[in-house]
Amino acid sequence: MYEKDGEKYFIVDSHMHYWDASPENWVKGAEQYAKGWIECFHAYQGLGPADTHQPLEEFQKVSEEQLMREEFEEGGVDVAIFQSTYLREWYKDGFNTTERNGYLAEKYPGKFILNTRFDPRDGDAGMREFEGNVEKFGCKGAKLYTAEWNGESRGFKLTDPEAYRFLERAQELGVKNIHVHKGPTIWPLDKDAFDVSDVDHAATDFQGLNFIVEHVGLPRIEDFCFMATQEPNVYAGLSVVLGGLMHARPKFFAKVMGELLFWVGEDKMTFGSDYNIWTPKWQIEGLLDWDYPSDEFSDYPRLGQDGKRKILGLNAAKLYDIEVPAELQLGQREVAQA
Amino acid sequence: MSISFLTRPADSDDAAVVGRVWEALRTVRDPELDNDVVSLDFVASCEVDEHRVAHVRLRLPTYFCAPNFAFLMVADAWDATSTVDGLSDVDVELIDHFAADAINRGVAARAGFVHSMAGTEVGEAVEELDTLRRQFTERALMAGTDLVVRPLAKAGSTPEELAAMTLGDAPDSEDLTRLRRRRRELGIPSSDEDPLVVDPSGRKVGVEALPLHLRKARSFQVGVDANTSICRGQLAVRYGLSTTDAS
Repeated sequence: MYEKDGEKYFIVDSHMHYWDASPENWVKGAEQYAKGWIECFHAYQGLGPADTHQPLEEFQKVSEEQLMREEFEEGGVDVAIFQSTYLREWYKDGFNTTERNGYLAEKYPGKFILNTRFDPRDGDAGMREFEGNVEKFGCKGAKLYTAEWNGESRGFKLTDPEAYRFLERAQELGVKNIHVHKGPTIWPLDKDAFDVSDVDHAATDFQGLNFIVEHVGLPRIEDFCFMATQEPNVYAGLSVVLGGLMHARPKFFAKVMGELLFWVGEDKMTFGSDYNIWTPKWQIEGLLDWDYPSDEFSDYPRLGQDGKRKILGLNAAKLYDIEVPAELQLGQREVAQA
Repeated sequence: MSISFLTRPADSDDAAVVGRVWEALRTVRDPELDNDVVSLDFVASCEVDEHRVAHVRLRLPTYFCAPNFAFLMVADAWDATSTVDGLSDVDVELIDHFAADAINRGVAARAGFVHSMAGTEVGEAVEELDTLRRQFTERALMAGTDLVVRPLAKAGSTPEELAAMTLGDAPDSEDLTRLRRRRRELGIPSSDEDPLVVDPSGRKVGVEALPLHLRKARSFQVGVDANTSICRGQLAVRYGLSTTDAS
């Protein structure tokens, strides 16, 4: 629960990680990629407020104690959702695997929701691993990295037949929230890794699943917006939008928020800090304080207190069936105040 | 100490050649950001040596920026620099990028993107980049339409009036000049009497479709803006440049 000016807010950080990108975990022969990747992330951190910047060494691998403090004590996060990302081509034990994140999830019951992942290119073995993780950790969501390297392949699409096989299984198993990374970093060669048209098709064909497009398709935010208006089960994951723009480029942040509120709407936007790129506290604080900087934006929809509550926690709570204390819900709060 | 007959002391003529190389580089743009590589600060250095060889070093916001766009920019920088008078040779190199070796080798050998990436450890490419360039010029057309038309709508022009307007009716501006250029690149007529609002295929947008078309054009513009913000921020962090935010 985050408290500000006497108001209490239920917070779900729907996109965060517990990664190990320390040199000890770099794959021999692929060090330049492992190093380039984490340095790229570190540069993103530079877009947040200066007093939140970390030295690279600390950034590569934060301690359990630091994560718990920054997420829950300082950030006031009620529930944090791990988005597992493997990148085994570069990181020996993976970047942040289901097991690594699962260690914290099991140690601190009720604090975390653990999402797993699958990669359709891993075939039957990958299917067994996916099913095993769902069974072991009770996962209700999965993170998909369509631009991830895998052997000879430099990416996949949700519309690939193999991907449909996994999505069908996910739907059967009740893994109903599919977070798809469509945003900056990890290069496409000539494949367009940011193309969101595959999400469009999959969302139509799998009505039992929700598709949360993380990083809202940046840099192709407009394609995402046009698609999301047509698909009721597509959501906008705000990680990177808040962290990368709100502090560094407030005016552009306002425009992006305006576009998202216009096309997608406050009921389908979810907060994610992208920890440990950025800590949650300043992002939550900033969003609660946020309004359009000038009347230049007067034709965009406004975002009021209720909208902020939805984005910061209530929307994700609905997606993940998280119980929200009565006094922190929208309707109840109004009754309680009346 | 012997001095080669090719070695010449620096003079104002050299400075003029370097200036012309910079000017040429201003014609090279990042297709995704629709801005030139000089304005974006992607030119790390630009020198002409005593043998009149131009050495251009390009840098990008991250180690992992998309190699297809990187390839286009390096190839375009090579072409643009080659048109400058007074040079004996051109050497353009992308630095600090995971695919730099493959791209630099490929561009220097005048090989296409597919051939350049073949057999490299960073992966294979299956398509040349003409379609990509076209797609991004189309997006630039949409974004540019917003820059030119939204001020008119804001000043009170109705959809009926906007749909009837020609390029010649719009007040002169840098944005208009750029919009005309993007239209020419797409093979869409761009003289004064041609319609102001067209879709990426060149068809005039009628009054019925106009409001949604302009709303979408605005989203394209916001997308370019947001992307540019992030790229500029990353570049500044990476190379310790100042991050004055004009916004």
